[in-house]
Amino acid sequence: MSPAEEHGALWRWLDRRIGLADLEYLARKKQVPIHRHTVWYYFGGMTLFLFTIQVATGILLLFYYRPSAEEAYESVQFLMAEVEFGWLIRSIHAWAANLMIFTLFVHLFSVLLLGAYRAPREVTWFSGVALMGLAMGFGFTGYLLPWNELAYFATKVGTEITGAVPLAGPFLRRLLRGGDEVTGATLTRFYGIHVAVLPALTTALVGLHLFLVQKHGMSVPLDVERAGGPARTMPFVPSFLLRDMVGWLAALAGLAALAAFFPAELGRKADPFLPAPIGIKPEWYFMFSFQTLKYLPPRILGLDGEVVGVLGFGLGALFLLLIPVLDRRAARGERSRLFFWIGVAIIVYMAVLTWLGYTASATK
Amino acid sequence: MAHVDDPSRRRFVDWFLGGSVGAFLLAVLYPVSRYLVPPRAGESAAGTVTLALKPDDVKPNSGQIFKFGSRPGILVRTAGGELRAFSAVCTHLNCTVQYRPDLSQIWCACHNGHFDLNGKNVEGPPPRPLEAFTVNARGNQIVVSKGA
Repeated sequence: MSPAEEHGALWRWLDRRIGLADLEYLARKKQVPIHRHTVWYYFGGMTLFLFTIQVATGILLLFYYRPSAEEAYESVQFLMAEVEFGWLIRSIHAWAANLMIFTLFVHLFSVLLLGAYRAPREVTWFSGVALMGLAMGFGFTGYLLPWNELAYFATKVGTEITGAVPLAGPFLRRLLRGGDEVTGATLTRFYGIHVAVLPALTTALVGLHLFLVQKHGMSVPLDVERAGGPARTMPFVPSFLLRDMVGWLAALAGLAALAAFFPAELGRKADPFLPAPIGIKPEWYFMFSFQTLKYLPPRILGLDGEVVGVLGFGLGALFLLLIPVLDRRAARGERSRLFFWIGVAIIVYMAVLTWLGYTASATK
Repeated sequence: MAHVDDPSRRRFVDWFLGGSVGAFLLAVLYPVSRYLVPPRAGESAAGTVTLALKPDDVKPNSGQIFKFGSRPGILVRTAGGELRAFSAVCTHLNCTVQYRPDLSQIWCACHNGHFDLNGKNVEGPPPRPLEAFTVNARGNQIVVSKGA
């Protein structure tokens, strides 16, 4: 039966105007390989689902939030205390942000360890690493918006770190802060970046990322390919999508529970003339870099410690981005032990430093 | 009209269009990039401030943050009773420092940097000492000024 016959008149009317048959063909064509690593395929979609939650709750927060140093804290306080379900919307936004970064990391490291970045999926990897950068930018700019004490100092430190970039540093810092200090001008700037610039960039990059995933299909890990390829596949629509949706529903339930039992906190209003609070720390996904900066000595090889730290993280990010180009074996379709263990080393480093960040005494 | 296939004309048109596109982009990007750089606010000219604190407000072995122009300063009374003032902006990554009576040191909570009561960086990541200010207690007033 041709598509035109199995659908009704409305479908046929739309098909002639916007080409539904082509879309249906695309949806039916997509197959998901089934093998022992299939579970990792779910984390990209989960990240995207959590991103849509962020867009939806973010739009809702905009109805009450006021982006100025005089009003931001009070407007969030009002939202939490007076607005019906205000606490729920904000808490879901905060929790989904954390979960999104987490699933993004899981997705990224599964792609890294399974070598799924190899040709012809290099550009998919580049766009994915760029999306990770955008997600961290969302986290960094969003953290400031409630204008509380923790946010204020986290932003002071975070923007000061850009000041350690050689040559362009002081200029970049001024550009980010909208002045020489973290002030209301910084808040306005971060707000614009958080609700307009980053969403626009993310939408474009997610579009490219998904287009490439659709174009190349799912990557099959090399060891599965060696063993003769996956024995079976399942259609993306509806089989995989329905499984995806089970995960999304579970995530939504989890978010509601987290929001109800551990609502987002607000803390004290930012005051530039109070000392940094004891035990101050950044969001958990910046913790490993924060902790690294604590351990660096003041001077390394004639450079300030933080300059070395910033250069190190910059080079690390560049290395991560360029892995598909650097991994010559994967480019030839061979398994690369070296890059597998580099991936493991990155995970271990981040995990250990994060753990130390939460357990090492803040005052010693 | 006769078909003209003159490479020099083609080059001219390519150059002309390319140049126009370049000029257009420049005309858009220059004002936008200038717009994004914040205007330079008048640098806080404060070289001297009279504090709202009275000398008796600062007990021995304690410290207080005060406003020095647009930036925080810290006024410390040593255990010996001497008043000293420094910039409260940590030289590591810009956090605001505080006085730790248990150590008799100035301390930054952000990355665990320690300074002694001369403002010298003695432990942790800070690369430089805190900027020292001059303190004058005149009767019931404390005046802090830049430059030793």
